[in-house]
Amino acid sequence: MSTVLHGHDPASIEPVVNLCDAVAVLGSFPALAGVTMTVMRGEIVLLSGPNGAGKTTLLRLCAGLVALERGQGRVLGVDLANDRESVRHRVGMIGHSNGLYGDLTVTENVRFWGLTVGASESEIDLAVSRMGLDGRLAHLPVSRLSAGQRRRTALAGLVARRAELWLLDEPHAGLDAAGRDELDSVLKMAATAGATVIVASHELERASKLATRQVEVIAGQVRKVAAL
Amino acid sequence: MSNDRATSTPFTKGLGFFVLLGIALLIILGIFVSPADVNQGESVRIMYAHVPGAWLAYLAFVMTAVSSAAYLWKRTRSLTWDRIAGASAEVGVLFMGISLVTGSLWGRLTWGTYWTWDARLTTTAFLFVTYIGYLAVRGLGGTHQQRARRSAVLALLAVLEIPLVHFSVELWNTLHQKASVAGRGTDVEMNGLMLFTLFLGVVVFTLMYVWLVLHRQRALMLEDMLDDSGLDHALSERRAEATQAGR
Amino acid sequence: MSNTVQQRFTGTTVIGTARLIAAKDLRVELRSRVLLNQVLPFALIVMVMFAFALDSDAVLERVAPGLVWLAALFSALIMVSRSFAVETADGALDQLRSAGVPAMGIFIGKMMALMAQLVVLVTLLIIAAVVLYRAELSWAGSVLLVTTGLTATCGLAAVGTLYGGLAAGAKGRETLLPLLLLPVVAPVLIGATRATESAFGTRGVSTSQGWPWLGLLAVFAVLFSVSGAVAFGPLLDD
Repeated sequence: MSTVLHGHDPASIEPVVNLCDAVAVLGSFPALAGVTMTVMRGEIVLLSGPNGAGKTTLLRLCAGLVALERGQGRVLGVDLANDRESVRHRVGMIGHSNGLYGDLTVTENVRFWGLTVGASESEIDLAVSRMGLDGRLAHLPVSRLSAGQRRRTALAGLVARRAELWLLDEPHAGLDAAGRDELDSVLKMAATAGATVIVASHELERASKLATRQVEVIAGQVRKVAAL
Repeated sequence: MSNDRATSTPFTKGLGFFVLLGIALLIILGIFVSPADVNQGESVRIMYAHVPGAWLAYLAFVMTAVSSAAYLWKRTRSLTWDRIAGASAEVGVLFMGISLVTGSLWGRLTWGTYWTWDARLTTTAFLFVTYIGYLAVRGLGGTHQQRARRSAVLALLAVLEIPLVHFSVELWNTLHQKASVAGRGTDVEMNGLMLFTLFLGVVVFTLMYVWLVLHRQRALMLEDMLDDSGLDHALSERRAEATQAGR
Repeated sequence: MSNTVQQRFTGTTVIGTARLIAAKDLRVELRSRVLLNQVLPFALIVMVMFAFALDSDAVLERVAPGLVWLAALFSALIMVSRSFAVETADGALDQLRSAGVPAMGIFIGKMMALMAQLVVLVTLLIIAAVVLYRAELSWAGSVLLVTTGLTATCGLAAVGTLYGGLAAGAKGRETLLPLLLLPVVAPVLIGATRATESAFGTRGVSTSQGWPWLGLLAVFAVLFSVSGAVAFGPLLDD
């Protein structure tokens, strides 16, 4: 199995995500009230916590989408305070929506995202098959797929884009049991291939089988960190 | 503590006093003392409200554009410029409305029509609608910086748009050889007192604009401050919430 | 796709991104056929409605150029709305920004795709005007007409994409977009109508009188293409 992701340096021990007392606001509300968290390469980290705890904002902070109001933060070596725009193309975030074009086929969607970084056709095909979407499925318009298949198409886009850090917000939501199992196996595969995955989820039981570590977020801060 | 909440300062109090004085003088001169026009009769008095109103509309527009540019330029970036832009737009819309209504009435009284398609009137109407759109965009929500950036870009686009509209309408009018309705003003034989009253009107309206914008932008600042100073308070509340939940 | 073709589409540069986005937009249209099945019929109905309202062959022939561009404007509103609905339906625009794709490239790409569709629309409307309103087109006028069509649609595509991006995903966007866009495109309406009149020879206006209006349209197109490319990023940003 060739390395799917570029920029992967096995010898590097610098954390992929390193946050120290990070504060981030939504409007005037302090969604993150001082988060300290470290994630190493190849980990699958589960972010747990109640609704409104700030899990989504934490993911968006790591994606460079939200400004770092106070504290320090480095993602993939990039300083979030000064330079968060440049981390964006190396990070893939999938939230409640998938970022797909319903009228285009699976392959066309994945190719579109792959081409934003100049991926070759073979990389695109590899991404599609990695996510179990090859064969007949690949040529169907995305709108005709099941929720689970759409989710995996979005993830295939991340693979094609060579994203080094995957940030997934409730990826299991709306999927049936089979869909969730499929999702878990592709995430494990992605981590093995060198991606780092952070999953925010309510599904504690399932996610504990998937993840290597659990970080609990409550009211904008990290309350508990546990190995799984 | 109560002084923090007030939007007035000794300067604005003094300014306000002069504005009131000026308005009183303007009314006296405009309505009672200055002579009626030879051609237009008493209806010429609308000019004392219309011309300054139109002048203010364009001043407010320019001010919004300048403040927006000041916000966007990194060296002078400050939310104060954004608030001045917003306050100026609000006051500007008010004066644009006055200008349009008085212009329309004046036209009715002197020419018998409520509306003509001359470049200036039409452009003012476009400016009016554009600024209503601008205020709608200001109300879209988001962080203060988002609001500031979006509206600043919009204001500068309006700087492009308004001259283009004015130019197009003027070109369009020459096609139809429409009489220049700026002539509506030049039809008036202006003697010294009328000229003075007009000039006074422009000065008084300008001072009124300054007074309104100063107050309004301070009020906007207080609104923004309320959002911000909430942050420290909210931070400690949220941390307390976490400690509670942790038990 | 061969590797050279791949490289042409690479989204890492502004031009590459623009090509990628434009191709994607046109491919979506090809699949969904919204322009073909919905917008063009709408535009034609509008033309027919004008005929009902104005109720006089002589008047229709006189105002045909204006009606063409009015119908084009109203259709453009729908098309801009649609162009961004495609992006916001599943959060694709957010994904594009999250992925760090250059905003200028997104702007140029969407503008090009929009312009291509507008050209199709305006061509159809002119044919409809000739058929329904009995306008007559001379050969000399055709050159003017084609140039006018291209320049005017370029300007419309630029402003449409710019303001469409502003309104995308905003609350009340269906009503916000027309409010913002229509005042801005007034110069295009004036210029394109006058130039088209000259091309048709309506009301005895000769073809040579149309070219100055083309100047106005060209200035508009250039101004807003450049401003749009520059302003699109700040408008979209978080």
